Amino acid sequence: MTDSDYKIIVGLEIHVQLATRTKMFCGCELAFAEDPNSRVCPTCLGLPGALPVMNAQAVEFAILTATALNCKIAEFTKWDRKSYYYPDLPKNYQISQYDLPIGSNGFIEIPLSDGQTKKIRILRVHLEEDAGKNVHTSGNFSQVDLNRAGTPLLEIVTEPDMNSAEEVRALAIELQRIVRFLGVSQADMQKGHMRFEPNVNLHIERGGSTSKTPITEVKNLNSFKALEKSVAFEAVRQFDEFLDTGICLQSGNKKTFGWDDVKEVTVLQREKEEAHDYRYFPDPDLVPVVVNEEWLERIKTKLCELPLKMQSRFISEYGLSDYDAGVLTTDKEMAKYFDDTVKTGADAKRVCNLITQTGIKIANEKGCGVAQLGIEPTRLAALAKITDDGKISATAAVTVFEKMLESKDSPDKIAQQLDLLQRSDEGELEKIVDEVITANAQAVEDVKSGGKKSKKAHGFLMGQVMQKSKGKANPQIVAKILGSKLGS
Amino acid sequence: MSQEILNLTCKQLRDSIAKGDVKSSDAVSAVFERIEKYDTRIGAFLSTFKTEALTQAGKVDEKIAKGQSVGALAGVPIAVKDNMCTTFGPTSCASKILENFHSPYNATVIEKLLAADAVIIGKTNLDEFAMGSSTENSGLKKTVNPWDKDRVPGGSSGGSAAAVAAQMCFAAMGSDTGGSIRQPASFCGVAGLKPTYGRVSRYGLVAYGSSLDQIGPLTKNIEDCALMLNVIAGHDEKDSTSVDETTAFLCDFLSGANKEVKDLKIAVVPQLFEGADEQVIQSIKDAIEVYKKLGAQIIEIQMPHFEYAIAAYYLIATAEASSNLARYDGVHYGHRTKNAGDYIEVYTKSRAEAFGTEVKRRIMLGTYALSSGYYDAYYLKALKVRNLIRGDFTAAFEKTDCIIMPTSPTTAFKIGEKTADPLQMYLADVYTIAANLAGIPAISIPCGFDKNNLPIGLQIIAPAFGEKKLLQIARMFESQTDFHKKNPQL
Repeated sequence: MTDSDYKIIVGLEIHVQLATRTKMFCGCELAFAEDPNSRVCPTCLGLPGALPVMNAQAVEFAILTATALNCKIAEFTKWDRKSYYYPDLPKNYQISQYDLPIGSNGFIEIPLSDGQTKKIRILRVHLEEDAGKNVHTSGNFSQVDLNRAGTPLLEIVTEPDMNSAEEVRALAIELQRIVRFLGVSQADMQKGHMRFEPNVNLHIERGGSTSKTPITEVKNLNSFKALEKSVAFEAVRQFDEFLDTGICLQSGNKKTFGWDDVKEVTVLQREKEEAHDYRYFPDPDLVPVVVNEEWLERIKTKLCELPLKMQSRFISEYGLSDYDAGVLTTDKEMAKYFDDTVKTGADAKRVCNLITQTGIKIANEKGCGVAQLGIEPTRLAALAKITDDGKISATAAVTVFEKMLESKDSPDKIAQQLDLLQRSDEGELEKIVDEVITANAQAVEDVKSGGKKSKKAHGFLMGQVMQKSKGKANPQIVAKILGSKLGS
Repeated sequence: MSQEILNLTCKQLRDSIAKGDVKSSDAVSAVFERIEKYDTRIGAFLSTFKTEALTQAGKVDEKIAKGQSVGALAGVPIAVKDNMCTTFGPTSCASKILENFHSPYNATVIEKLLAADAVIIGKTNLDEFAMGSSTENSGLKKTVNPWDKDRVPGGSSGGSAAAVAAQMCFAAMGSDTGGSIRQPASFCGVAGLKPTYGRVSRYGLVAYGSSLDQIGPLTKNIEDCALMLNVIAGHDEKDSTSVDETTAFLCDFLSGANKEVKDLKIAVVPQLFEGADEQVIQSIKDAIEVYKKLGAQIIEIQMPHFEYAIAAYYLIATAEASSNLARYDGVHYGHRTKNAGDYIEVYTKSRAEAFGTEVKRRIMLGTYALSSGYYDAYYLKALKVRNLIRGDFTAAFEKTDCIIMPTSPTTAFKIGEKTADPLQMYLADVYTIAANLAGIPAISIPCGFDKNNLPIGLQIIAPAFGEKKLLQIARMFESQTDFHKKNPQL
């Protein structure tokens, strides 16, 4: 039996930490890696008598995201208590949304490697509070850090519409781009802002009938790599297990796995799905949320062109490659910066190269975004233009770019100041070419012979001219003169 | 001098202190003299703060001496039920699980009392987590009725009611989930007001049944209820269920408290007189006569769903309680077992060791009611009944200004009399529960004594946010009678 005999079915549950200023139900500021239990108050500590108060910004972020994911937005929603006992859950219930999620029945479009896109249905989008963290250091005890407790989380659940590990990864990355574009999450994987839980099984074709393997859920994945690899691993593991045992999907035989990042294998956590009874009921401490037309319209004004749409526009309108358009749309500010620059009339490919090859590198060194480097779109366009016109070389453009960070002079002027303008005066260049021809008779012969050595010799002569001009000769013009002189 | 002070109402004492006629420190000393003399027998207080109270009283006296303005409860000694969080003293809820718990924050009500320059003298006993009708469920202390020390003070705010009745404070704060202010007020012969749900912030009130809990005062008379409500009422941004002023215009409950309500219509529900003690019914009938003489029109109404109130209440309150009390697990604060083998045992043993029987009973009831497969039949059904009861009241208030009925079917019962039969105990709440389910205000005021010289309470129920009129109606009765002026012989 080969791979082509089975189809992998994956649904994904994603938790996205929202970039609100304060926690979901109290006024504590969100903070990463502060001293343990330093960002807490009676409410997120679950102290007796303390009460939750809804963070309206979190609700707006949730509605904005659900709208971008083409969901139906609930006009009336509420908060429910989900009960379970765990030391990192101070109230021993989590405030979540049960039967009335804020968004439902949407879809997300993901890019596929062949340039096509695929629609993955979104089952629901709801808000909830995060738990704290159990810290196991040493000794016969654990400690609890509640700084994270009460952080607003958006839970997004897809339908099982993905059919490969690559698609799962593509969805995760696309979602990261979307929430970043919307400004609702930093979606920083290192800080655990996105956590994934894929549900995986296989449909195996054998002897004209389809067998379905038991579903496994892989818990708490926090990198794209782990997500992709765990799904791929599960597919193989389930297939092998099926060949071994023949066990098929039935109610109650769902298993839960963890992911071992070092060994790159899934590890069984729970054999049988426990009959969890979360005893959901509406939280009497909070009032229901009514999303009226006016509020919804106000939130929708914050919608923007989504990354995938922008990416295809860059391809179709500006003729960029899929790869370049993809790089530019990883970040909304950068994409907009690019777009604004091109709209002033600059050549898209040239601007793209300046941003992706030079800008990103400098921005990374400075720890900021490309758009924050302080070079206005019009000035970047001017730099693109003089490069395009052959006034400076691509190499010189990098130097000018760097200089533009500190100087407000025009790129043209900076190139002059740095003596980087290329020589395009044909008379002057012809003199240099003649000198080089005279001094390199053998190479001239080689070019003229048109043999194997011709191309190499031509390159050598070009190099000699560039060297003599101290790199400032316009290579196009030099090539033209050389060509006419040597008849190559 | 000290007895003269003790006989004053809150309003009288506050005005005397503000005028400089009486010193707050003298009032505090008088109260502590009384506590030291009698509370060993009454058992109203779980903790007292004599030193701090005298310091606070001294500050108020100093302000007055300097001619500075003072708050609405300036220098008045107040007791607080021990399920409201205070940064001073423990907040135990009369439970072993929180016996040594000290809150790092004050409940909003406490902040408001302090802002009004009240002097908080101590925290009073209650049924553990406010679950009970006799204060016998306290895990920490026994409280007796000042009128008869063999009898219960009622509950769950039994300590607060006993403290007011025994003149060990001038007013006390209670909380009422199913009658926990009104029933002990009735048993101890004082006034007890449960305001409209949302009128007073619940922030810092340790939750029992969150959708039913409401803080209110226990006082010597109606005027003091109005004064206390003035201080504690109002929207609190920390409590999403507290109503803002656009919904409930915040009025001065004190001004016009003596005004008579014109064309007053009072409803009685004949079906509810069945099952109450004869002497209780007679006192209510006498009260009706008093109102008739004042020109009120008495009408009879039906409350078709009233009889289901207890069943609905014991599902809704216990369901919420099972969730509210989940946090007492020995992990973060409170009692932790010394015999845990793993973290699951930290939960199970800590809870088994420190919760009392009634609390365990209600947690189990509530857990069951919320369980998958039972939710619809119990919790959801109870919510539907709750809506029907609300509907009964809405219909009634189209015809009447208020409804009167007994607060409790009996006067104070003997200690231990009902502890063996929880159902009998639950039925003691038959008249009080409906107002909590409907979220509407209700008051209990003294309206007579039985042959054992035990107080009887008259309950008046009004529409949501109708406290001002409710207090006026209650005051009309009070102005014609002397029951509220009687004090128990300690």
